[in-house]
Amino acid sequence: MKVIIDKNECTGCGSCVEVCPVEAINVVDEKAVVSDECTLCGMCVDSCEFEAISMPELTSKEEDLSLYQGVWFFAEQRGGEIHPISYELASTGRRLADKLEVELCGVLFGHGMEEAAKELIRYGTDRVFYVGREELEHFNEERYANVLTYLIENYKPEIFLAGATAIGRTFIPRVAASVKTGLTADCTGLDIGEDGLLHQTRPAFGGNVMATIICPHGRPQMATVRHKVMAACEIVDHQGVVEKIDVPEELLESRSELLEVIHEEDDTAQLTEAEVIISGGRGLQKAENFRLIEKLAKLVDGAVGASRSAVDAGWIAASHQVGQTGRTVAPTLYMACGISGAIQHIVGMQGSKIIVAVNKDPNAPIFDVADYGIVADLFEFVPALIKELESSSTCEID
Amino acid sequence: MHVVICIKQVPDTKNVRIDPKTNTLVRQGVESITNPFDLYAIEAALQLKDSTGAKTTVITMGPPQAEEALRQALSLGVDDAVLLSDRSFAGADTWATSRTLAEAVRKLEPVDLIVCGKQAIDGDTAQVGPEMATLLNLPCITYVRKLDLENGNESMRIERATDTGYEVLRVKLPAVLTVIREIGEPRIPGLRHKIRSKKQEIPVWGAADLGLEPEEVGLQGSFTQVVKVFSPPPRGERRLLSGSVEEMAKELVRILKSNNVPGF
Repeated sequence: MKVIIDKNECTGCGSCVEVCPVEAINVVDEKAVVSDECTLCGMCVDSCEFEAISMPELTSKEEDLSLYQGVWFFAEQRGGEIHPISYELASTGRRLADKLEVELCGVLFGHGMEEAAKELIRYGTDRVFYVGREELEHFNEERYANVLTYLIENYKPEIFLAGATAIGRTFIPRVAASVKTGLTADCTGLDIGEDGLLHQTRPAFGGNVMATIICPHGRPQMATVRHKVMAACEIVDHQGVVEKIDVPEELLESRSELLEVIHEEDDTAQLTEAEVIISGGRGLQKAENFRLIEKLAKLVDGAVGASRSAVDAGWIAASHQVGQTGRTVAPTLYMACGISGAIQHIVGMQGSKIIVAVNKDPNAPIFDVADYGIVADLFEFVPALIKELESSSTCEID
Repeated sequence: MHVVICIKQVPDTKNVRIDPKTNTLVRQGVESITNPFDLYAIEAALQLKDSTGAKTTVITMGPPQAEEALRQALSLGVDDAVLLSDRSFAGADTWATSRTLAEAVRKLEPVDLIVCGKQAIDGDTAQVGPEMATLLNLPCITYVRKLDLENGNESMRIERATDTGYEVLRVKLPAVLTVIREIGEPRIPGLRHKIRSKKQEIPVWGAADLGLEPEEVGLQGSFTQVVKVFSPPPRGERRLLSGSVEEMAKELVRILKSNNVPGF
């Protein structure tokens, strides 16, 4: 970006020299010349009565920006069921749309989901753009990206939110690159700043630093949002409409083809949706001892997590791994048993609402992030906890 | 067959700890390493080299010292390396980075496959792979855990991890893949490659070599801007329970019940 002087139009009148706040313009041989001191403030552009000064990228983009209006979100579905992240996005989007006094629109791709689409209205959506096609029933990165890009280019929303799920993180970057705008990953906080821009806050460096990011010159301002970070709030009598959209056939072409979908058979490995996760680490000492963790998890209907060292030792399958190289989780309760708390593990679970740590070593770093710490041998504490739970549940029955 | 690997040099977060008093990162003595996920990308490419004799080229965008990461890749057996380095590249967001990498890939064509790690451990965005694929008009399959060439290298059969299990896909080549740990543990450098990696010349390409204007790269070419950096708010109570294991178990159940934790 830079200031361009049209030498044919410039008369060397010097009015731009007068308005420049950083004295970056001089008149040389009756023509204005801009020096490196220029801060691209644009004052000179407006001052020139001969329209000899322009700042191409800035002026053209700034004009375009006002064409973009409304807050949009991507409503994710899996197997014809709307995923809970969609309601979280709707509620967050509602708050942003109210601040900007604009419409909140949801985008839903699927097949035979006309009725399900109405669910989004109950969470504050004014308009649901529903593209019902068999080709969109299951996720395909190219088709999803093509159709969403088409909708964004036609309707021009100013803000676009999507879930930071495996699906969102796969195709939303494609859309951002296609419409040529910025994208902020994994946001944990979103707000409208005094400048009217979307202020996107996200963790960086493994969650030890928070950064607020803006996208001043690209539209829409796009962000993916972590699941279970923002609350979903129903607005019972909210009114909205579902609009069915037809899209050109060629957008449904793809160079990849789905051959098979395999669901994890082990329910205790369904970590991302679990309300309670009981995790085991190196402190378990051997594979057989994971049964203790499994027993506790089963008792409270939770999932079984593991640290990388437990997975590396071959005590449990990799699908149970929590942390940087495993899954990122945010359950209501995360209970770490015999896990020392390497930063890579903490990164994957620090979004949990309540963290309980059980460890023999009072200096284990896991205690730094735990809400409740139990300095004890897990082989003594976990059985005691199981006993306590079993006896307290019998009491209730009595 | 020509496989290009995109890697990134990142600060080693392994020894980084949170200072419990200030709740900030203790970064003292933190060295630069190759992004761990990118080692899986290198491994994936080398497996193809072993099985089909594919030519492998590794690229990275970064300051001059990022050359170390490229030499490490060469020591593992990668054939060639190119360093994308230019003062104007500094401060790039994922868009500007993808743009720069995409131009470098174009310059390396013909290319059949581009492999990246699933994400870098400093930013954790996982955006550069899919954004670069879009700029190159290629398909991009993320979270790949297994890959096999088929139909005379025309396509690939892929297993990719999902939030609930995995999927099997067929993708036409050329394509971009981002890989995860299950693709295979990185190998150990061989002596022959180690010696070669020290001597081999590594070309450096700047913005001009890629036909990019300074406004199209780095901070200037980025859409996103960081406006504030701060420490995260500290977590809640941080309470150590006391008493015998039985007493602590009782107390914990009481606390979790009063917090309405499901199952308690």
